[in-house]
Amino acid sequence: MGASWDEVTEGMEIPTLTKNCSTQQLVHWAAGSGDFYQIHYDHNFARATGLPNIIVHGALKHAFLGQLLHDWVGNEGRVKRVGCSYRGMDYPDEEIQCKGVVTRKYEENGERLVDLDIWTENPEGTRTSPGSATVRLP
Amino acid sequence: MSDATQESLITDEMRAAIGKESEPTTLEVDKTSVRMFARSVGYTDPVYYDEAAAKAAGYRSLPAPPGYLGTPIFDPNRRAVRPQGMMEPSRPLKRVLNGGTDVEYLADVCAGDVLTSTSAVSSIEERQGRLGEMLITTTKTTYRNERGEVVAIMTGTGIRY
Repeated sequence: MGASWDEVTEGMEIPTLTKNCSTQQLVHWAAGSGDFYQIHYDHNFARATGLPNIIVHGALKHAFLGQLLHDWVGNEGRVKRVGCSYRGMDYPDEEIQCKGVVTRKYEENGERLVDLDIWTENPEGTRTSPGSATVRLP
Repeated sequence: MSDATQESLITDEMRAAIGKESEPTTLEVDKTSVRMFARSVGYTDPVYYDEAAAKAAGYRSLPAPPGYLGTPIFDPNRRAVRPQGMMEPSRPLKRVLNGGTDVEYLADVCAGDVLTSTSAVSSIEERQGRLGEMLITTTKTTYRNERGEVVAIMTGTGIRY
C-alpha cells in the first residue's frame, strides 16, 4: 500500500531510501540504461580524466529518486515529474541517502497532487543531487 | 563571466541548431529491458518483474520505472547520431558531465510500447565555473507512443568543460 493523499501534510518527510552502489551495480546500470561511459566502471579511464575514482552515474541517482517516490506512492499513485541536478559526485561503496519533503498538497484537473523537494545525500551530509518532483496520490 | 577579449565558445553552427528538432529515434520497451532496468536500480516491487502482478495492479504489462524510456534499436551499420547541439565549440573541450535530468510523465509507458523520440536544444550557455570554462547545453526530448500521444518529456543538461 502506498501513501494516501488525505494523510499527507506539507512539511512531512517521506521514508528515506538508502543505497550503496557496488561496482557490480554500476555495471548492471550501464547495461540497463545503455550508458557505457567508462568513467563509471574503468578505474584507469576515470583517473585519466582527472577523477579520483569511478563515479556513480548521475542518471542512476535520478532513477534512485524515482524509486524513492514510486515506493512511497505505490501503484495506485503515479510519479508525474522527477527532476534533479547533479551537483556533487558519489562513489561506489558509499551510502547514498535518498530523501524527500512535501512542499505542497493541492488538487488540479481532478487529480490529487503533491510537490516535493527531493535529493540524494552523501556520507558527509552534502546534497549531491537536489531536485523536485510531483506525484499523484489516491 | 566570460572574458570579453576571448571569442565565444558558441559557434554560429551551434546557435543555428537551437530549437531544431532532430530526426526521430525509435525506442522499444519490452519485458526484459524493464526487468533489467528495475533490477539495476534495485526495485523490489513485483510489478516490474511479474506480468501478473503488473496486470493485477492495473497496468497493461510491466510498467517502465521512472527514468526508463525504452532502448533505442541498435544498428551496427549506422553511425551513432551525435546528440543535437553537440557540435565542436570554437575551442576544444575535452570532458563531458551530465548536469541534470528532469522527466515529466503524461501517460503510463509499459512493456510492448514502441516509442518515438525527437529532441531539440533549448539553450546553450557558457560559464566560468569550478571546472573552468564550461558549456552548458539544455536539450528537450519528447517521447510519443504508437498512438502519437506524448508520454514523457525529458529535459537534460549536458556540461562540457
